[in-house]
Amino acid sequence: MCLAVPALVKSIDGLEAEVDLGGVTRRTSLMLAPEAKVGDYVLLHAGYAISVLDQGEAEETLSILREMARATADGGA
Amino acid sequence: MTLADGFRDTELARGVLAGIRQASTRQVRLMEFCGGHTVAIMRHGIRQLLPPTIEMLSGPGCPVCVTDNSDLDKALALARLPGVILATFGDMLKVPGSRSSLQEARAEGADVRIVYSTLDALDIAGQNPACRVVFLGVGFETTAPTVAASVLQAAKGGVPNYYVLSMHKVCPPAIRAILDSGEVKVSGLICPGHVSAVAGSRAWDFIALDYGIPCVVSGFEPLDILQAVRMLVDQLEKGESRVEIAYRRGVTPDGNRRALEVMAQVFEPCPARWRGLGAVPGSGLRLRDAYRRFDAEAAFDFDPGPTVEPEGCICGEVLRAVRTPRDCGLFRTVCTPASPVGPCMVSSEGACAACYLYGAADE
Repeated sequence: MCLAVPALVKSIDGLEAEVDLGGVTRRTSLMLAPEAKVGDYVLLHAGYAISVLDQGEAEETLSILREMARATADGGA
Repeated sequence: MTLADGFRDTELARGVLAGIRQASTRQVRLMEFCGGHTVAIMRHGIRQLLPPTIEMLSGPGCPVCVTDNSDLDKALALARLPGVILATFGDMLKVPGSRSSLQEARAEGADVRIVYSTLDALDIAGQNPACRVVFLGVGFETTAPTVAASVLQAAKGGVPNYYVLSMHKVCPPAIRAILDSGEVKVSGLICPGHVSAVAGSRAWDFIALDYGIPCVVSGFEPLDILQAVRMLVDQLEKGESRVEIAYRRGVTPDGNRRALEVMAQVFEPCPARWRGLGAVPGSGLRLRDAYRRFDAEAAFDFDPGPTVEPEGCICGEVLRAVRTPRDCGLFRTVCTPASPVGPCMVSSEGACAACYLYGAADE
């Protein structure tokens, strides 16, 4: 029920956007995330963008995960 | 390459798992509140990959599953009224109420339509001016703002035949109810990712402060969950309890203020009944007086009849994490996804459905 998927904002017209969802284009309401810009990834839930995903944070988290794995392989913790 | 791909990297997962095995020395019980996490954990076999020091419990975070039969019966009674179109998310269609499901009501002539979004329900209302369209409002903080937004749109656009039957619920009071009951001992909590995208991670501060239980907000990819487990283990090994966010690409401490404003403009807290938990004060959302004309409960005259619980079904105890699907005498025999007795077997996020689909490796 709380399923939400990342979708790429392709174009914006007022509070409506066209987003790319794995190759499929959908119309989406930006009423709950009016700050979204073209090129942003938004979390899409039930026809509405409910947040703008932070791609910088995504990269940062992956770096933390790589560090977790590396520290273990090196015998640290 | 999508934003999620990096969080499905098998080699990286192996490394993070090795780190968890190394870091975990104490016996702990971690609860994932959210049904979406339950499914991800079962689908990826994460329980089997974790060391024996870490026990995982599934919580009640599936809106379909926790909808009480008395509420389902209201939806069924409304659907059977002449001139009513009941619009619902697909998950609710097969959930058995006291006497039937919406699917059965539809087979008997009720006009029940599956929609992907409240925007579709508004379209149906526009296309059918002679009918009254009731949207079945089920869902947590993730979904309630989208339903609130539809009410604002209907008010602005003058859609006179649109109504909402609000069974929306908010999560923090339910977590408090579970912890206060003392029925299950929880060492750490994996907090719901998309509820938190709206509500913010601060919504869980009370768990760390009042109960001394560490919390980590997680995303839904396998590496998201492993990272959350690692962060909980690290807190527990050090004897700490605070709220952390593993799902930082989607969640902030304050959440989505716009969505929270829209939700608060249209809805106000009220008591609600949760399957398994009973009445939980302040855990429901009802339409405020200013939007009462959209409230299906106030606008329609209907009789949901007496509530009957399915015999032998232990969904309530499964939702409280005191029993597992395998403890149920009906599991896999009488109760299957094709012929479900209780809602936890119907919902794609239900613990019983997840155990049925992915549980073979979980023996």
